[in-house]
Amino acid sequence: MASTDLHALANPFRFQRLATLLTPWLLGLGLALLGLGLYLGLFASPPDYLQGETVRILYVHVPAAWLALGGYLGMALAALSARIWRHPLADLSVQAIAPVGAFFAATCLLTGSIWGRPTWGTWWVWDGRLTSMLVLFLLYLGVIAITALHEDRARGLKMAGLLAIVGTVNLPIIKFSVEWWNTLHQPASIRLSGSAIHPDMLTPLLLSASGFLLLFAAMVLMRMRTLIAGQRVEARARRLAARHA
Amino acid sequence: MNQIAFVAAAYTVTLGGLAAMLGWCLLAMRRAEAASGEVR
Repeated sequence: MASTDLHALANPFRFQRLATLLTPWLLGLGLALLGLGLYLGLFASPPDYLQGETVRILYVHVPAAWLALGGYLGMALAALSARIWRHPLADLSVQAIAPVGAFFAATCLLTGSIWGRPTWGTWWVWDGRLTSMLVLFLLYLGVIAITALHEDRARGLKMAGLLAIVGTVNLPIIKFSVEWWNTLHQPASIRLSGSAIHPDMLTPLLLSASGFLLLFAAMVLMRMRTLIAGQRVEARARRLAARHA
Repeated sequence: MNQIAFVAAAYTVTLGGLAAMLGWCLLAMRRAEAASGEVR
């Protein structure tokens, strides 16, 4: 997006109008793509020759992992732009992304644990991939806690942004943990150079990932609309209090 | 244990959580926007 467009969106009223327009489309399209992807994943794709039926957990576990990682990167970039360009919506983006990203990180951990029991014979193991993913979830919780609990709101946002930026160190650790250390977790099956997954499995995976992505965007927009509306109420209350002082 | 039970558990956790998150986002947004409309 051109920088002029970004500045146009810096106006919360203009952003609110665009978000109001986009939210139902993102929700509708996201649910449709997710429904189609999961239907194909559950009923049309074949079972795995080694894992059998449990491979179908792939269609919820992998998109959750991608969005937990991508969401964290987005949150850190928003925190960085809040510090550098003072974009008025950047701090709101950090606050909006954190709970949604935490949900996907928790989903990734839980579905991974459920998948691990029949595949590895254990619910949990303290190896590089699982532990670094747990750290990602805790980083999200840290950002949520700091923004929610800090008495000085501006200072809380600054500290949460700093944690979000510093926490990006964990992203390459998650990505490369399966190559750096011995782990029960399999290495990546989809790379920029190509995919090791059969198209019968890849199609539902990409469909459900697209659906989850649109729903992620819809939830972030809804959280941002909530925060903007809350700020408007607070500003009005401050004006009234100043008038009556 | 039956493999289908693990698949069902993973989908229940994911879709149940997703429904809860969507509901929370939607309700909080409606409540906040209604309150901001009242004070405008």
